[in-house]
Amino acid sequence: MSETTQVAATAQTGAVVSGASASLWGDAWRDLCRRVTFWVAVVILAFMGLLAAFPSLFTSVGPNGGCDVRQAKLRPPSWNPFAGGHHPLGTDTHGCDYWAQIVHGTRAPIVVGFLVTGIALALAITLGSLSGYYGRLLDAFLSRITDIFFGLPLLLGALVILTAFPSHGVFAESFVLGLLWWPTMTRLMRGQVLSVRDADYVQAARLLGARDLRIVVRHILPNAVAPVFVYAMLNVGVVIGYEATLDYLGVGLQYPTVSWGLQLSQAQEIFTDYPYLLIYPAVFLTATVLSFLLLGDAVRDALDPKLR
Amino acid sequence: MSPLLEVADLHVEFRSRGSAVKAVNGLSYTLEEGETLAILGESGSGKSVAAQAVMGILDTPPGRITNGSVRFRGTELLGLPEKKRRAYRGAQIAMIFQDALSSLNPVHRVGDQIAEMLVVHRGTSRREARKRAVELMDRVRIPSAAERAGDFPHQFSGGMRQRVMIAMALALEPDVLIADEPTTALDVTVQAQIMRLLSELQDEMAMGLILITHDLGVVADVADRIALMYAGRVVEEAGVEELYARPAHPYAEGLLLSVPRIDVRGRELTPIKGAPPNLAAIPPGCPFHPRCPRARDRCSAEVPELRLVRAGEGASDRSGARSGAPSPGNDSGHRSACHYAEEVVSDGR
Amino acid sequence: MWRYVVRRLLQMVPVLIGTTLLIYLAVFALPGDPIRALGGDKPMPPAVYASLRHHYHLDQPLIVQYGHYLWGLVHGDFGETLNGQPVADVMKTDWAVTARLALTAWIFELVVGIGLGVWAGRRKGGVVDTLVLSGTTLVIAVPTFVLAYCAQLVFGLKLGWFPTAGTDDGWPYSYLLPGIVLGSASLAYIARLTRTSLVENFRADYVRTAVAKGLSRRRVLVRHTLRNSLIPVITYLGVDLGSLMAGAIVIEGIFNLPGIGGQIFTAIQIKDGPTVVGIATLLVLVYLFANLVVDILYGVLDPRIRYE
Repeated sequence: MSETTQVAATAQTGAVVSGASASLWGDAWRDLCRRVTFWVAVVILAFMGLLAAFPSLFTSVGPNGGCDVRQAKLRPPSWNPFAGGHHPLGTDTHGCDYWAQIVHGTRAPIVVGFLVTGIALALAITLGSLSGYYGRLLDAFLSRITDIFFGLPLLLGALVILTAFPSHGVFAESFVLGLLWWPTMTRLMRGQVLSVRDADYVQAARLLGARDLRIVVRHILPNAVAPVFVYAMLNVGVVIGYEATLDYLGVGLQYPTVSWGLQLSQAQEIFTDYPYLLIYPAVFLTATVLSFLLLGDAVRDALDPKLR
Repeated sequence: MSPLLEVADLHVEFRSRGSAVKAVNGLSYTLEEGETLAILGESGSGKSVAAQAVMGILDTPPGRITNGSVRFRGTELLGLPEKKRRAYRGAQIAMIFQDALSSLNPVHRVGDQIAEMLVVHRGTSRREARKRAVELMDRVRIPSAAERAGDFPHQFSGGMRQRVMIAMALALEPDVLIADEPTTALDVTVQAQIMRLLSELQDEMAMGLILITHDLGVVADVADRIALMYAGRVVEEAGVEELYARPAHPYAEGLLLSVPRIDVRGRELTPIKGAPPNLAAIPPGCPFHPRCPRARDRCSAEVPELRLVRAGEGASDRSGARSGAPSPGNDSGHRSACHYAEEVVSDGR
Repeated sequence: MWRYVVRRLLQMVPVLIGTTLLIYLAVFALPGDPIRALGGDKPMPPAVYASLRHHYHLDQPLIVQYGHYLWGLVHGDFGETLNGQPVADVMKTDWAVTARLALTAWIFELVVGIGLGVWAGRRKGGVVDTLVLSGTTLVIAVPTFVLAYCAQLVFGLKLGWFPTAGTDDGWPYSYLLPGIVLGSASLAYIARLTRTSLVENFRADYVRTAVAKGLSRRRVLVRHTLRNSLIPVITYLGVDLGSLMAGAIVIEGIFNLPGIGGQIFTAIQIKDGPTVVGIATLLVLVYLFANLVVDILYGVLDPRIRYE
């Protein structure tokens, strides 16, 4: 479109300057693409995702495989992990190649992170919407229950339950953590639904005869869910951090599962003499959690209309 | 005699992500002692931004005053160091805002917020200032002022809250009061009360009042002169009765035609076609031309100057500068920014 | 105001009952037989086994057991450890350590957290702001126990600024490093919360009014923005205590501080149910009480809440 015709068109309507759509998600996506932290986070998470999904691409050894106790606690040949050699990151206390262990240790924390967040999110969206929309008895009941869960600090509850829990696999741990995590997200969702419920467009939909389910799904959810979505993204990172702490305390995953938290736990007695045992898993863990935090932050800033 | 407040060729723009929104484009008006000037315009006409620029409370990272001058009693305010500027703010030129609930601090008592003016500007003691605050609340006719001074803003009704704002603004007896849409958030009966209060207080204190609004009805009662704004500049300026009776700009003409009138039945309402301009892409020439029923070739090419259409009593200055002291019923001239203003006036007769 | 306080107090009761029930169920309803564990490797004569079970009410239905427990609580009896000691005695000696640790962490995170938040918020987008934002994100991303080990290594061993473990140096020296590490994650949250709150309040209409009144920038900041901005921070502090207590469990272990955090951890390991429940109940009580105080404080700071 030539400049004069464009100006003329603008002058006619006076409304739209650029031709692009101005929907919330469209705008947010464009904003996201412009942020450096978003791309940094995406790259790191893509890398971690690859490690978790296709470990054999990065190491020829299986989890806990090829461990030779006679080669235990071999320091890495240099601080440069790309220097090559048989054990680029050294070996751990059992003589397993540390790089292989780190690669294999990626899957468990990430799976737990997503599972727990997924469970909590699913519960939060359903219960939060129902509670916020229908109110009264259901809401009062649910609020009391979330209050009770809030009275229990999370780590404490997880410690207590996980110790007595019969199984220590990834799914068991995710189940227990999911059970403890849903109240916060549910409360957030409920608050959001409450603030949207009295909006005029919801009233309009109701007056037009829309059924409850349709109102909730088509009108309330899309407008209420954004902060919860952001919170969920940040949450995956937080869960991964907690999971590592629980592994470290000995109540989370256990041998033969491999995870960064377990590696850190093994390192605790001797890291003063062998700091690399602490540093490598710590770096990977921190990078993953950090990426989720950066991602969540970037999405939140992109979705926030006030920051335009 | 120099006017109380004189704004000349004010330009304010907002920069965001490379594009510049020109909120105010060459705004000029004057305010005399004891006069009530109504600045009328739609949302987006730049009236609030201009007022904030005059007060010096614009958000300066996105906003910038790129040109113009603001003179108070002859002293240039723009460009003054902040400390000196602050001495004028609140003490000589005060401002009240539209939504009193969000404009008052929710955690401080109302009496304290009013007293703060005296404590900060005059160094009055807390106790003395509190006493004055109660007197002021009395003056704006808040019942049981002494007790209510200890209440919080959310405990008042809308009209009462606006009175609190007025009391706060008048605490130091300023020479100019800028009221930015003071009654828009209130219902009609309360609106009338507040406008009457403002009018009385203005007479008592011989204050200049700038009333910013989009409501033609409110203006008719209270104002002496009107400055009609469109796309960030004044397009017509005249005494109230003069403008209502003989508009000299198609925009004013259109506005008056679109107002429903109780004495004319069976006539269809004629709105102004089109929509307000996008301030990031103001049409060339006269900004109103896309919506103007009288638009001609010249209108899309040449920006019309605000010029004198009918001289005021005692004035013969064609350049449109200030002329003579105004008196009620008399005016300092009728100005319009339209190439064909005379046509508009003669059509209206 | 009093009605508000009483209402909050009444709301606390069902939450307390619900939470302790939750802990009780978690500990006793799950598999694992603590009595047999008491006996160690030696088989226990059936009579001894039966009498021990009876002593700890373990042969009665769960609800009755819980009833006994609640009744004891009301009388200040936190039950008996599996070694026969009253749990209350066990806690008495050690709670002071945990209290000092928590206090150190708390003061540190409040002072530095709010300070950083205000500094960053005053010049949004400036160098300080970016530094604070990235620094806090990093601190949140690193799990506390990793931070603890690194701090121990760097500041304790290598630089020798602080004692690395134990309480030999008394208060405050022994508690400085552990307290700072314990409070670091909370500090990050507080700094960000303060900053965001401040930035939002700067945009508020009443700040515009304050500026229009001709008040100095400092006065606008201190008298008008700060107090309003601190309200969300105060609310956060209540939740924060819970994470401090949970974190203490980890920190006390790493820095070898004999507090009730370490106590509860050992009890969990040896499956000493009554001790776990006893200490957990105390922690929950403290947590709920702290939240009550925070709620009241909130009412003092924000008059709008008082009259609802």
